[in-house]
Amino acid sequence: MIETLINEIPRFFTASNVSFLAAAAGRTLLLSLAGCLIGGAIGFILVCIRQTRSAWLAPLRVTAIAYTEIFRRIPFLVILFLVLFAIQVVAPTASLFTIALTGVCIVATAFLSEIIRAGFESVHREQIEAAEVMNFSRMQVIFMVMAPQAWKVILPPAFAFMVMFVKDTALASQIGVVELTFTGKILSNRGFSATLTFGVILLLYFALSYPLTRLGRYLEKRLAAPRHR
Amino acid sequence: MNYTFQFGQAIIHLPYLLGGALLSLQIAFIAFWGGAAMGLFGAFGIVYGRPWLRHIIQGYITFFTNTPAVVQIFFLFYALPEVGLVMSSITAVTLGLMLNSAAYLAEIQRAGFLSVRQSELDAALTLGMNRLQTLRYVIVPHIARAIYPPLSSFFVWLVLGSSIGALYGVEELTGRALNVATSNLRTIEIFLLVALIYIGLTLAASLSLGLVGRHVFRVKGGLLR
Repeated sequence: MIETLINEIPRFFTASNVSFLAAAAGRTLLLSLAGCLIGGAIGFILVCIRQTRSAWLAPLRVTAIAYTEIFRRIPFLVILFLVLFAIQVVAPTASLFTIALTGVCIVATAFLSEIIRAGFESVHREQIEAAEVMNFSRMQVIFMVMAPQAWKVILPPAFAFMVMFVKDTALASQIGVVELTFTGKILSNRGFSATLTFGVILLLYFALSYPLTRLGRYLEKRLAAPRHR
Repeated sequence: MNYTFQFGQAIIHLPYLLGGALLSLQIAFIAFWGGAAMGLFGAFGIVYGRPWLRHIIQGYITFFTNTPAVVQIFFLFYALPEVGLVMSSITAVTLGLMLNSAAYLAEIQRAGFLSVRQSELDAALTLGMNRLQTLRYVIVPHIARAIYPPLSSFFVWLVLGSSIGALYGVEELTGRALNVATSNLRTIEIFLLVALIYIGLTLAASLSLGLVGRHVFRVKGGLLR
């Protein structure tokens, strides 16, 4: 068992296989990073909508809340399938990567808007009231009072979410995006031992997400607000 | 943009899909309790164990929380047969989810252990409680209250996570949806229905867990989280 594995290693780590794996790792990282950035931006807009007060914006607020509540309760795999088949109706030529990215964005928006909202709620009520008394507009309150304090609370859980998403993009292999997991399947279909192939794939995922975990933990320690003021 | 929805084609498969939902819940349930038991030992080991034991458990947690459950199950399902360990797809999925959740649940329970403060134990001692009473009236209620909310949201996450069983041919909710969709090709309708079932399932789970938490463990805060 062990000997066959060791004999296979030089055959496995050829230049073409290594560059194939590296490209796949890059695609996994790109998928999760781009998805989280776009999702974070849209999630921030949703939070801003939820901060509004005027009565005629109420339907928008309800939509924003419903969006976050609904899309956090559907498995990523089901969302991917829905996007895969629904997009055929709208844009039949969309690439598989675009489809997967759309799926990631949909989920990331829901989760990140919840994280951002929790961060905003950590800002003390009195500060917002004080800003309102000083005649700040809603947007000024968000950008000049809430955001500068909330980002410290938002960043650590956002990193934890990103780590989760590096792992969840493994599901995109199911619709045919050539990322790490799919590459593993291809290589194991080419006749390489599954132990070796998926072992390497597991290690590559670890190499992608462990630095992110460490960075998140470092930020959490670094940015932690002093408990006693 | 001319797609005609035919939800009737999806609705007639509702009983079949709901049967799959039951299997999803079962997988989540087994994986959760198995993981919780393993996680309890893990948390004990980290808090009270020798350094070498602590390092092993920390390594396990770091590895399992930083690699995808999908690939872990691939490993169980395709790589272990090479050493002569063959298991059915549902066993592989449940076992994979269990090993994965053990890592997360160990972290949650460890945080719960550490949340009991020395001053509380001192107070119990001052009141003349013996060890068993301290455990029964001070330590356990405190830990239960601290870890109940993260545990219940983890269970809901696990219900959603069981959908990866579909990749290995397990006939849970998503797997059955794929079966129906490949036979009648009403994919969008089927998956919209399945999404609704998942929303209902997780809402029911969060609500009932929230009610139990509020009345049994006196957890504060909203019911839905």
